[in-house]
Amino acid sequence: MALVLNEEQQMLKESAQGFLAEFAPVAELRKQRDAGSQTGYGDKLWAQMANMGWAAILVPEAYGGLEFGHVGMGQIVEQSGRTLTASPLFATAVLGVTAINLAGNEEQKTALLGAIAGGEITTALAVDEKIHHAPSRISMTAVKQNGGYVLNGAKRFVADGSTADKLIVAARTAGEAGDTKGISLFVVDRGAVGVEVERTEMADTRNYANITFSNVEVAETALLGEEGKGFKALSGTLDAGNVYLAAEMLGICQESFDRTLQYLKERKQFGVLIGSFQALQHRAADWWSQVELCKSVVLKALQAMDEGDVKAPALASVAKAKLCQVTELSTNEAVQMHAGIGMTDEYEIGFFMKRARPAQIMFGDNSYHTDRFALLSRY
Amino acid sequence: MSDLQAFRQETRDWLEQNCPASMRLPTAGDDSCWGGRNFKFASEDQKLWMERMAAKGWTAPDWPTEYGGGGLDKGQHKVLKEELASINARSPLDSFGIWMIGPALLKFGSEALKQQHLPPIVRGEIRWCQGYSEPGAGSDLAGLQSKGEDMGDHFIANGQKVWTSYGDKADWMFCLLRTDTEAKKQMGISLVLFDMETPGVTPKPIKLISGSSPFCETFLDDVRVEKDQVVGEVNHGWTIAKYLLTHEREMIGGMGAAVVGGESLSQHASQVMGLEQGRMNNPILRAEVATWEMDAACFGLTAERVTDEVKSGQGVGATSAMLKYYGTELNKRRFETLLKINGSDGIVWDGEASNGGWLPRTWLRTKGNSIEGGTSEVQLNVIAKNILGLG
Repeated sequence: MALVLNEEQQMLKESAQGFLAEFAPVAELRKQRDAGSQTGYGDKLWAQMANMGWAAILVPEAYGGLEFGHVGMGQIVEQSGRTLTASPLFATAVLGVTAINLAGNEEQKTALLGAIAGGEITTALAVDEKIHHAPSRISMTAVKQNGGYVLNGAKRFVADGSTADKLIVAARTAGEAGDTKGISLFVVDRGAVGVEVERTEMADTRNYANITFSNVEVAETALLGEEGKGFKALSGTLDAGNVYLAAEMLGICQESFDRTLQYLKERKQFGVLIGSFQALQHRAADWWSQVELCKSVVLKALQAMDEGDVKAPALASVAKAKLCQVTELSTNEAVQMHAGIGMTDEYEIGFFMKRARPAQIMFGDNSYHTDRFALLSRY
Repeated sequence: MSDLQAFRQETRDWLEQNCPASMRLPTAGDDSCWGGRNFKFASEDQKLWMERMAAKGWTAPDWPTEYGGGGLDKGQHKVLKEELASINARSPLDSFGIWMIGPALLKFGSEALKQQHLPPIVRGEIRWCQGYSEPGAGSDLAGLQSKGEDMGDHFIANGQKVWTSYGDKADWMFCLLRTDTEAKKQMGISLVLFDMETPGVTPKPIKLISGSSPFCETFLDDVRVEKDQVVGEVNHGWTIAKYLLTHEREMIGGMGAAVVGGESLSQHASQVMGLEQGRMNNPILRAEVATWEMDAACFGLTAERVTDEVKSGQGVGATSAMLKYYGTELNKRRFETLLKINGSDGIVWDGEASNGGWLPRTWLRTKGNSIEGGTSEVQLNVIAKNILGLG
């Protein structure tokens, strides 16, 4: 497939750009933060997104979705990186849909995917238990009892964990931390007895939670997929998550770059525009080149998921690792080239750095994905 | 079966019949086929392979058949490349004629020049070299001073060229001369062609830090250049020179993701360093190798995307500077990593075991990648000015 957008994907990209710039610009993030918002986004935003069909883009037509594909969804998420828009789009319409679609049975897909597509429910994916991403090192337990399961353990860094209606939880039904066998996925109501949710405030003022499960009883129907064989679906969901985080970071890189380039053409020192200094020109040119590489690898990783390419997992790691590097570069260069004003809260450029680091860390940073890429390449 | 599938099958069958087995083995890097009047083929197979491919026009697959080319469209050309790659076929002919002056003639040359020069390039009969840089005109190429004095039906050229690739082995030179000394520096330059056997042309090899001499300095003393050998218009050669520089950048930049001896960097590294529990020994080098391979993958995808964008009419067409900059830096990094992987073996300069010091010599040669065809710093200037609009 050619590495370009088709007409429909291009149109979706442009309409997302227009919508987000109007209804969820960076100023909205400041407003939500200053108001101490629990969700990180305005009341109506998610309803508007769902009305436009964004929650349904990855849902198969058979379950009431649009089945528009990852390349299309990637364009929206990329644009949301430019505007730093928080919403349930990632945790629900990407992670929730992908996990349920990969692991769920007919009944679960019909019930849950339809409700997600319609914007009726939101989800959150609870995986990590330690400060570093390690999906095989899950130690939270699920013990079979009375025809159902009892869950015990603690999760952290759960995106949308304090607001989602349904939690998709990875727990161990067999084996021990480090085994990929024995991991099972469960769908748990956030309000279930024994679920304790603590909202954590992070640098990007988005909604994350640490969640404790104490003797949480769920029915057998809460099991998503086969018992003990959840790792494959979990991996696929994490791959998708990483590609979309890369897409969002691509938006962050481009917006940081564009704003900085504009600043280089406005700011004067020593009587001239600072963009006339070769020291800054060369750094800007190198930075631009790096962002060009990012555009290519993100598009390829999205296409690979649409095509079911066997290289999709490796490409997900390449995309995440590369975007982690270049997002770090982009947000750092943006502040440095803006200099003093870049350090102020009043100016928006610093917000990109504060969103960038959580996006880098979630589901594995550069070092995690460099290691994973090497392992997938057998070295 | 689609036309393209049929073409693939025909190509595959033809290659199976016609590509000699020895031409499917990895090269040692220094046994390329360059053709030309004085070329000594390394083997009978090498000669046969070049001639067979040339007879089909596949040494220049996308050139028009009327000039001896293969006449393939983009789809067919891609299929041919894939089929050649799938049998590890060596390049039948490496040629500055095919890569550089040929495309310039196709775009800017008169019908007579095309008829005269293109078919011998395709057949590998004439080897070309480039006369661009001068001792005083490197990054500032338009500052060149070699003169062509107008004598009516011909010019008399005087001056000195430098970094003439294989100038001592080439048959013809495409050369930039100042033909109007009054005009602004970019405006008085002409692109001319002449035979290296013309009296007054003296190439002298330059020994490099790698010990080899792929470049020459070429002295021009009262060299007669016919007026019908001017490409495009007299005094308007700079446009063509820039077009050729773009081509050169793409060619040099394209080296970034190459595989050496049929092995990827990580395969080579794993073999030399060994694996322990699935991971390469030495975690620092392993990370360096993985980072390089990921960057190379991103670079390859970017070259692909740029091509696809141009095809679909979305291209900005100004990305060759970026590809040249990044591709050459990537190639230099690859060789620095290879050197580390091979430890004290990697710096052995001579002898059979080291294949004549192939690694350290090639490593040193790569240092020129980010200098030739415009330094990395010049590429960054081009990006900053032409793409980013920074004055």
